[in-house]
Amino acid sequence: MSQWSNRGADVAKLSVVSLVAVTLMVACGDTSETFSSGQVTSAEIAMPGTAFGLPANAPDRFDFGAEASEQRVAMWDIDVRPDGVGLPEGNGSVQEGREIYNVHCVACHGLTGTEGPNDRLVDSEQWENVPTTRTVGNYWPYATTLYDYIRKAMPQLTPGILTVDEVYAVIAYVLWMNEIVPEDAVMDAETLPAVVMPARDKFVIDDRVGGAGIVR
Amino acid sequence: MPSAESPKLSRRTWITTTSGVIAAGLVKTQADAIQLIAQEAPTDPTKVPGRLVSEIGSRAPSEQPKRLIRAPALSSSSRTPLADLMGTITPADLHFERHHAGIPDIRFEDHELLVHGMVERPMVFRMSELMRYPQVSRIRFLECSGNGGGVYNRERMPTEVTVQALDGLLSTSEWTGVAVSTILREVGVRPGASWVLAEGGDSAVMSRSVPLDKVMKDSILAYGQNGERIRPEQGYPLRLFNPGYEGNTSVKWLRRIEVTDQPTHTRDETSKYTDPLGDGTVRQFSLVMDAKSVITFPSYPYVLPDKGWWEIRGLAWSGRGRVTRVEVSTDGGRNWSDAALEGPILEKSTVRFRHLFDWNGRDTVILSRATDETGYVQPTVEQLWEARGTRTSYHQNHQRAWKIARTGEVTFGLGDLV
Ligand code: HEC
Repeated sequence: MSQWSNRGADVAKLSVVSLVAVTLMVACGDTSETFSSGQVTSAEIAMPGTAFGLPANAPDRFDFGAEASEQRVAMWDIDVRPDGVGLPEGNGSVQEGREIYNVHCVACHGLTGTEGPNDRLVDSEQWENVPTTRTVGNYWPYATTLYDYIRKAMPQLTPGILTVDEVYAVIAYVLWMNEIVPEDAVMDAETLPAVVMPARDKFVIDDRVGGAGIVR
Repeated sequence: MPSAESPKLSRRTWITTTSGVIAAGLVKTQADAIQLIAQEAPTDPTKVPGRLVSEIGSRAPSEQPKRLIRAPALSSSSRTPLADLMGTITPADLHFERHHAGIPDIRFEDHELLVHGMVERPMVFRMSELMRYPQVSRIRFLECSGNGGGVYNRERMPTEVTVQALDGLLSTSEWTGVAVSTILREVGVRPGASWVLAEGGDSAVMSRSVPLDKVMKDSILAYGQNGERIRPEQGYPLRLFNPGYEGNTSVKWLRRIEVTDQPTHTRDETSKYTDPLGDGTVRQFSLVMDAKSVITFPSYPYVLPDKGWWEIRGLAWSGRGRVTRVEVSTDGGRNWSDAALEGPILEKSTVRFRHLFDWNGRDTVILSRATDETGYVQPTVEQLWEARGTRTSYHQNHQRAWKIARTGEVTFGLGDLV
């Protein structure tokens, strides 16, 4: 049982069996950090895996915050993951999305998603070695990121204005413009995570590790 | 008219303060008079009383360093005037900015942090509650991984560029707050967790995934910066601070931490802040800032008025730990000598380096290169091009060079070296 997790979650050990990404991070030379930079003294509880100790007389729990109810969590838990976790119920089609896009997005992203003035959203041209543009169509690894991002941040001046169905619809339209889904596509919590983005397999985890003679 | 309260002010002083203002009845007290006469620097400050104490200090009128603004847009940045600064700490009002949807106005009393996901007890903390937890302070640099991108493009290598425009997305502060590990101990992380999602309360709802190991090790929920409450531009009232990591992961206006078993792959860790390597792959989660150094003096647009002794000065830092060595070359990279490092040398902080240089008045190029405690040496731009290709937009930590012309004019000099 680790010191910093009261119910025995030994994350220091778990990280070894978790994602390759994490294992790499650990091997990234980051571990070279020593305790000496902190003010850890013998009068403190040293916690495994952290440079920060706690005073020796610290209680197991301070309990200053309040327990968050399910409703409280649901209010803010709005992120969407590649496996579809976080996607709400609802749906939207390419056809509906065209309308939404032309009202809410066109001014900043252009009629065909290529004209700007802000980020280019469309390029169905794929690349071999180096991308010339980095757009939804040829660079984004996951379609679910569109839901996460558009719901949170777009349209830039009125974020949050779109309904669930409208977000699905405008995503369908952006994917269709990028020639990733057909014109009759409907996006929902099932179909969106199932979209295979052309660039998905291009992404690799950082392999820089520091150390002498290594430039990556 | 002068009041009876000011018998000690000399006749000359009163004459200096003259007519209009006095006539208007604005000078009622000795303090008023002193305020008035002290506005402009007197020829002899020993003959004129100085200004009074004040509640908030200000810089000398002739010292007005400013951030450099790229474009006044919601998603934009401003850069720290590195050439105007000394030591390592950045005054908080000159700390660089990068916002994706402007600076939100958040009331301290209203702000809450929700911590949930793979935890035993999802909890919500008000600021006053967070501040009650044991406090930590660390001096650490913060650098945007887009810093220096302007000098990576072989075709467009600028010469008339300031160190501020080039590398001003770098600042150093003493950050104060509560260790993330303390709060995670409080909520109890469940087995299998390996990442956290950090989310901001700005209108971009900026979101980044950070490995759990990292935030456990040395990340801070920061509410203080250089002795004062963190400024709105830096995330008031609360930001995540991940020492040594690319700036974007240190999510400002932090309102939510979700403990997960996988990264969320948000827009700013897929579409942005990733590195296409030129071999058909894209490097993702390139989070640590590698060792780097920049010469801040002399640099463009400074003109050395004279040959002779000059002190080359700059900053070095590494996201992987301590800087162990900074070398300076004054002959375009042929010979290198160790620069003096000003202690204390803190991990993941900037360190000031200095090198005394007897300039012979001829054309030359000066460079610096940092080594960190892992043995990593700041590479040349050719080494980075070789390793990553020429089309990446982040983590351009290669050696910077400045050309000193016979005329004393200093320009960004890498163009000549490649
Ligand atoms: C007022 C201008 C504006 C409007 C309207 C707008 N956007 Fe944006 N959009 C932006 C800006 C600016 C960015 C880049 C923000 C940044 O980099 O932080 C952006 C970025 C994006 C991105 C990410 C692009 C990438 O490749 O990383 C997507 C996707 C997007 N917008 C979709 C939409 C959609 C869909 C709508 C309509 C519902 C919309 N936007 C409306 C200004 C706008």
